[in-house]
Amino acid sequence: MIVETGHYALVLALALALAQFAIPFVGARINDVALMRVARPTAIAQFLFVAAAYGALTYAHVVSDFSLVNVIENSHSLKPFVYKISGVWGNHEGSMLLWVLVLSLCGALIAIFSATMPDKLRADALSVQGLLGAAFLLFILLTSNPFARVDQPPWEGRDLNPILQDPGLAIHPPMLYLGYVGFSIVFSFAAAALIGGRIDAAWARYARPWTLFAWTALTLGIAMGSYWAYYTLGWGGFWFWDPVENASLMPWIAGTALLHSAAVMEKREALKVWTIFLSILAFSLSLLGTFLVRSGVLTSVHAFASDPDRGVFILGILVFFIGGALALFAIRAGSLPVGGLFSPISREGALVVNNLLLSATCATVVIGTLYPLALEALTGEKISVGPPFFNTVLIPIALPLALLMPIGQMLAWKRGDLGAALQRLRAAFAVGVLAAAVLGAWQGTPFLSIVTAGIAVYLVVGALSDLALRAKGAAGFSFRRLLGLPLSAWGTSIAHAGMGLTLLGLAATGWGVESILSMKPGEYYDVGPYKLAIEEISPRNGPNYSEVYASMAVRSGGETVARIEPAKRFYQARKMQRSEAGIVTLGLGQVYAAIGESHADGSIDARLYWKPLVTLIWIGALFMAFGGGLSLADRRLRIGVARRAPAALPEAAE
Amino acid sequence: MKRFLATALVLLPLAAHAVTPGEMLPDPAMEARARAITSELRCLVCQNQSVDDSDASLAKDLRVLVRDKLKEGLSDAQVKDYVHSRYGDFVLLRPPLKMGTILLWAAPLLALLAGGLGVWSAARRRIAPASPGALTAEEREKLRALGVEEARD
Repeated sequence: MIVETGHYALVLALALALAQFAIPFVGARINDVALMRVARPTAIAQFLFVAAAYGALTYAHVVSDFSLVNVIENSHSLKPFVYKISGVWGNHEGSMLLWVLVLSLCGALIAIFSATMPDKLRADALSVQGLLGAAFLLFILLTSNPFARVDQPPWEGRDLNPILQDPGLAIHPPMLYLGYVGFSIVFSFAAAALIGGRIDAAWARYARPWTLFAWTALTLGIAMGSYWAYYTLGWGGFWFWDPVENASLMPWIAGTALLHSAAVMEKREALKVWTIFLSILAFSLSLLGTFLVRSGVLTSVHAFASDPDRGVFILGILVFFIGGALALFAIRAGSLPVGGLFSPISREGALVVNNLLLSATCATVVIGTLYPLALEALTGEKISVGPPFFNTVLIPIALPLALLMPIGQMLAWKRGDLGAALQRLRAAFAVGVLAAAVLGAWQGTPFLSIVTAGIAVYLVVGALSDLALRAKGAAGFSFRRLLGLPLSAWGTSIAHAGMGLTLLGLAATGWGVESILSMKPGEYYDVGPYKLAIEEISPRNGPNYSEVYASMAVRSGGETVARIEPAKRFYQARKMQRSEAGIVTLGLGQVYAAIGESHADGSIDARLYWKPLVTLIWIGALFMAFGGGLSLADRRLRIGVARRAPAALPEAAE
Repeated sequence: MKRFLATALVLLPLAAHAVTPGEMLPDPAMEARARAITSELRCLVCQNQSVDDSDASLAKDLRVLVRDKLKEGLSDAQVKDYVHSRYGDFVLLRPPLKMGTILLWAAPLLALLAGGLGVWSAARRRIAPASPGALTAEEREKLRALGVEEARD
């Protein structure tokens, strides 16, 4: 019964989404405030109904209701509780439901936090959000129903893919979706602005917090996913330029560009048309990513062509929304007023270059991801576009961008002084060059790692020295002044420094040590500055798997500093094996071990790694997200909260 | 309904062990060359993995093949050409430069150029009214008619 209720709630949510689309839209056209205000309650109600449906599916997974196809194919009665909950989104139907849940949550958030928005803009934005919701709810109900039952329920389910049974999976997708789908808010705002024909700095003030929110969530989501890959894979790879990864990177890059151009629009009323375009682009790339991941087109172009229902449906949604928004843009963009003026050497100018480089990066990722699909569809020729391609073409764009970041921070709005900005970055340049020189003398190769590390150090110092310089008044450095700086200034510097830390972590991968060998128990083997020995190899049972683990001692200078337990797991339900890496963080680096085949003489194959500074890759991402959060907390941006009280007065008088 | 192997996440094939100690060459320099070559070859039966990372049997065959060829004394380029001629473009993770891939390789440069052109034309449109030129004789005349004697440029 609960399951049917969930299914029914989903149908009702569709009806509500259609109402949310149609009524406020008509209201906005005929200037009927009552109709426009239907938007808020329906958006919240739509979210509640989707949440009810989602809750019902979660319930079915938790109680192992094997009369549901979705539960049979992805669950097992012995599966740990946490994975019964995360397993809901570990499959196509469930993850689409999560997608729509986040989409409707975004609608509800607009409804709740838009007290100060003009009625018309809010009505149009929620109307677009409603239409998006309707399209995807229809997709779920028609092609991907998670509530489908079977006549003869089996006694046991087929379990979730072992690779997905991991704490990383529990956090990664919801975070990723919050970012990915969070850009729908900015998309709806842009569409609403184009429909209404009014685009000004106020619009940017409404849109920027949501951009920051989506961007922050996406940053965390991508970082989480990459760390999960790192410890799950068994050899410490963390980014593969896989189309599925690129699907999340594309909106992130566009979102980063948007974040910066929206700042220009808010402060200086410039780059308006471009900001609107990026707002459309960021979510369009999210839709493209959803299509790539969900249509099956990645597995094979032919598989897609032979069984196309879902793929064609999403493609339809994609063409409708992206095409519609771009058409609207093309019609309206010409009539938008040109914004504020600025000299090429200025904060705005630097941000334009930032946007140029980010757009080129984004275009490259999109083209690199789609090219093999297009080529095969058009000519039948099969090529692979892998990491060597992306690294070769993107590093020359990314490094100059990193060099530019602190310079942009140092330039004044409207008209800047490049010489003075560079002068203020003297210390950062010096420290960067020094770092590169020291590393070069110490490690020698690879050259790229040394250059990147130098730039990374410069970026961290440069980003933070902006704060230090701002805190320096006439009477010298003042701590109080530093703390009194606006949170958004702190946010910018911390996020930029975070990028520097990530870059440093990436550079340090060049100095990693790898050792592939057969280990005899009791003997010590060198891995970078450490020595590893197997103390014991034995079997053990988990809730739904059995494993063989090797207990290893990590020694430094004759002393045991840590113990790790890499293991090989066997999941009975799916008859699948999974390697469980043994990892210990020492300083900012990690010792990483994975085991393989065992031999008759008692030795066991192993891969041992010393990965210096590797944690910085994700620590940097945390800093970026923290910076985003700080900016979001800035008073100026919280206009919905800050101005609600006075805005409520005229309403009460009505 | 096994079309959707992937979740919304990074799909990770089981790569417990790719290169095993038994496959490795005794000469570390030659082994390093082999690793560099195989890390740029695609495992043809995998979702998206290099031969170096995959534990599929075909990937293992290719790793052994590359090492055999290196032992025979072939150069890195010769080994890559050999594998390329046997398995086609699909095996190369770095797509070869040819007619069909020119647009791909040129994409970043084209994107930069197109973007730069866009920025330039937008800036020109914008800067033009921002820096007014010297007054024309006609304008001076008009100003004089309005009673402004000395029009400063």
